[in-house]
Amino acid sequence: MLSAIIGLGALGCIFGAMLSLASKKFHVQLDPREEALIGALPGTNCGACGFPGCQGMAKAVLKGEAPTNSCTAGGAEVTQRVSAIMGVEAVIKEKEIAVIMCKGGRKEAKDRFRYAGIHDCKAASMIAGGAKSCGYGCLGLATCETVCPYDAIKMDGNALPVVDEKKCTGCGICAANCPKFLIKMIREPNQIHIRCNSLDKGAVTRKNCSVGCIVCKKCEKACPVGAITIRDNLAVIDPFKCDNCRKCVASCPTDTIENYYSGEPRFASLIEKQLDESQSNAAA
Amino acid sequence: MIDNEMTWYMIALSAILVNNIVLIRFLALCSFFGVSNKIEVSLSMGMAVIFVMTLASAVSWAIWYFFLFPLKIEFLRTASFILVIATLVQLVEMYIKKTSPALYNALGIYLPLITTNCAVLGVAILIIDYKLGFLTSIIYTIGVAAGYTLSIVLFAGIRERIDMAPIPEILKGTPIIFITAGIMSLAFLGFTHLFGL
Repeated sequence: MLSAIIGLGALGCIFGAMLSLASKKFHVQLDPREEALIGALPGTNCGACGFPGCQGMAKAVLKGEAPTNSCTAGGAEVTQRVSAIMGVEAVIKEKEIAVIMCKGGRKEAKDRFRYAGIHDCKAASMIAGGAKSCGYGCLGLATCETVCPYDAIKMDGNALPVVDEKKCTGCGICAANCPKFLIKMIREPNQIHIRCNSLDKGAVTRKNCSVGCIVCKKCEKACPVGAITIRDNLAVIDPFKCDNCRKCVASCPTDTIENYYSGEPRFASLIEKQLDESQSNAAA
Repeated sequence: MIDNEMTWYMIALSAILVNNIVLIRFLALCSFFGVSNKIEVSLSMGMAVIFVMTLASAVSWAIWYFFLFPLKIEFLRTASFILVIATLVQLVEMYIKKTSPALYNALGIYLPLITTNCAVLGVAILIIDYKLGFLTSIIYTIGVAAGYTLSIVLFAGIRERIDMAPIPEILKGTPIIFITAGIMSLAFLGFTHLFGL
């Protein structure tokens, strides 16, 4: 027992001493800005900048391979800090937020068959494109919720993801992981979204889903600034023309167009609802 | 089974083909799947493994016969070997970083990756279990590492072709890779009892 403690302890001490000696002897002078840059970055290693982790981006910025505003997750604040370290002018990028371009949850769009595989959209979409009646619709298996490094996406009771716009940093990882390409990164000032991604003809979409875009063209006529166009059986908003007047929201017969960030955040109300449910369950 | 009486080429043959560390013993699978995208990358990973594994088993052999065995604390084998390997990789990394930045950049992430490679610890333990002498241990270790390099390079070559091949939708990506590795393992089973090994 004693010899074991002393033996392993001695081994550890010797190795520790060797390492600390070696780190002095083989010390390599690094650019002091690299450490400062790593400190300035968020450190979540989300990879949204396209480099392997925050250290990877710091190295790329030092080499001049990446602009100082590469960190989308950190936003304006991090851009300013990184630019200050590098001694260049900060070019602030416009903030983007993830928007889920599908409103067809469990109630609105029925399943074609019962999927009993792995609880993951990517796995489900490999089997005949997923169970959802609409081939373009959200599968509701929470892959976006799982991959979000900032905990900004939660599934609601209708098996649809809800984005918390306060937590969303615009890193775009959810958009890259959605097998149906339903998540779009949209400029923060744009608040009106046509939340449908179906390229089926209007009649087909109507059969599959009660809230899909049926290509009635009412929004196109209602828009006073000509921001809405119909392309491939789907109405699309030009984010640079739209001025959030909400006339299209009123004109849409299927409620596809909506103000995604209206009034109080939907996310907060969702959490309150879940709290209420758990409390009433506890009371029962 | 390896012992001290065998000739060096029989030991090497046994380590490379008959008891291949990846395909027969199923060790080092994480790096086997992780860094086998391209032949060049897997080759440099293999070279790094040969280098680190040889050093690690030489040092663990010395630790066992001059430290743990005389002090009768053999049960600390796993703990002290992990300590040895982790320290060694750190030292080698520092040394290379100082003396040869080009080699450091070439090895890149692979050096720290090897620290957590179970094959390195596995070989260190195997040479003790087989009661091999120092020289035999070194030959055996080089053989095992060469076997690792052989299998990962072969696998990377197959994967490069798989990327081009029309794979059925449900098998694309990881599933076909696992199936391929399984078939490769079956193929290597054909070497069993080769030359009576």
